[in-house]
Amino acid sequence: MSKLFSSTWARPFLLILIVLVLWDLAILVFGIPQYLVPAPLAVAEQIWNEWPMLLGESLPTVYATLGGFALSVVIGVPMAMMIAYSRLIESYLYPLLVFSQSIPKVAIAPLFVVWFGFGLLPKVIVAFLLGFFPIVVSTVMGFKSVEVDMVDLARSMGSTRLNMFLKISLPHALPSIFSSMKVSITLAVVGAVVGEFVGSNAGIGYVLQKANGNFDLPLMFAALVFLSLIGVLLFLAIDAIERLAIPWHVSQRGTVHSTMRWR
Amino acid sequence: MSSDDQEGLSSAAASARGATARRPLIRLCGVAKSYPGKDGPMASLDPLSFDIDEGEFVSVVGPSGCGKTTLLKLVAGLLPVSAGELTLSGSRIDGPQRNVGIVFQSAVLLAWRNVLDNILLQAEMRKLPMAAARERALKLIATAGLEGFEKSYPWQLSGGMQQRVSICRALLHDPSVLLMDEPFGALDAMTREKMNLELQRIWMGSKKTVLLITHSIPEAVFLSDRVLVMSERPGSIAAIYDIDLPRPRPLDVMSSAEFARYTQSIRGHFFTQGSLDH
Ligand SMILES: Nc1ncnc2c1ncn2[C@@H]1O[C@H](COP(=O)(O)OP(=O)(O)OP(=O)(O)O)[C@@H](O)[C@H]1O
Ligand SMILES: [Mg+2]
Repeated sequence: MSKLFSSTWARPFLLILIVLVLWDLAILVFGIPQYLVPAPLAVAEQIWNEWPMLLGESLPTVYATLGGFALSVVIGVPMAMMIAYSRLIESYLYPLLVFSQSIPKVAIAPLFVVWFGFGLLPKVIVAFLLGFFPIVVSTVMGFKSVEVDMVDLARSMGSTRLNMFLKISLPHALPSIFSSMKVSITLAVVGAVVGEFVGSNAGIGYVLQKANGNFDLPLMFAALVFLSLIGVLLFLAIDAIERLAIPWHVSQRGTVHSTMRWR
Repeated sequence: MSSDDQEGLSSAAASARGATARRPLIRLCGVAKSYPGKDGPMASLDPLSFDIDEGEFVSVVGPSGCGKTTLLKLVAGLLPVSAGELTLSGSRIDGPQRNVGIVFQSAVLLAWRNVLDNILLQAEMRKLPMAAARERALKLIATAGLEGFEKSYPWQLSGGMQQRVSICRALLHDPSVLLMDEPFGALDAMTREKMNLELQRIWMGSKKTVLLITHSIPEAVFLSDRVLVMSERPGSIAAIYDIDLPRPRPLDVMSSAEFARYTQSIRGHFFTQGSLDH
């Protein structure tokens, strides 16, 4: 048992357990009514009863998230490369990017429903809009932070521009790209749900909306649990890919301790 | 056929002459460098003129910021000269050269490549035949005392080992010119002396032309045929010393009176300039 508590992967679960107990105690002690905050057990019961529905509704949310995330990477990384390599492109694009980020996505999400209907596309777009900015910012930094000496070294070897990119700049930028991908995927989940809020008949966002309308708080909390699970699992997937792709990086050497490392 | 013979004869004659006469390989003629500054160009190097002969070992010492690295990068073809003429075996240096190996102030190893692959980067970039390069890399690794570390990553090596890897990388394509920017600056005194001996051995075995930037006066005297002393920035040549000590030089030579005389007089330049760079 004490071995269980001392293993790193068990610690977050232990913390969750503590929070659940405190939650339950608070409801008992302060006499909070069921229609304001449901008891953990009520939520658990709802999950138990409704998990096939919740799992089914998770799929559209996952699709929208992955779609938006994929777009973020496919558009964000090349855009970052152009910004990093051309002062001209940077001066045109960067201010616009920052400007675009200050527009609240919730405010423009209904617009996408008007344009693209109730399907998957508007959700993918909102997920993309939230997910791609951190990728651009962080990837630009990754490409720009190659040491001058390293560039000089490659030049002294008569490197072509392509080789410089493939053998020096890209591997150098990979750690930044991966860390921004982790931020991006969690934001993409938020984006997908926001997209579902404003107009849809499927997805966890839709379930949340519906449960809210019916004052069905246990269902709402159950949906939130599924939503967090989606976020965590996608995050862990990227973390695993990162470990395979850049085993050489400081963050992967096992000498540093970070909370998201489950091992 | 007959013309071939004549050419062979004349080049043989030339090399026979070269054994006695000086053959400048790198020539600097009024070479100056200025960087763009806030208010107009900032002079970093005042016009310099000197030659480095083929097979010669030349060191440059000078106060920090006097333009030593700048000088090395000019010779490496990594920076364009602002004025003057800079040639390598007769042709203008207008970009990175094929026949040059460079060791930078820091080891600049790629974190995602192991020792062997870091050294082989040189061959990949220059598109050399890989099998031969690999064989040569392994030989260099053995010479540098890095056997058993071929598959290690840079972060698993000490600073001295990393710098040795970067020297192996600079030697992989067997360049006739070796440019080194304070390669041993980060090493402890004992490792440094060992590396100095090693470098002397490599140089005597291969007869490469070496330009070494260093801030250690004893190191410069110990290794060099000539020591070039630079003045405060913007750098210019304060003095050039011919070091007439017999080769190969054992470490003991450092405690000889002659050696001390050289280091004393070179150190004198820095005192009179009011700068203490070791
Ligand atoms: N890229 C650059 N842009 C502008 N100024 C530069 C640049 N690189 C060097 N300088 C200037 O040129 C001068 C010479 O720099 P350099 O790096 O050649 O000195 P150094 O002799 O190698 O010094 P150190 O012994 O500290 O390595 C310095 O005063 C520095 O401010
Ligand atoms: Mg320097």
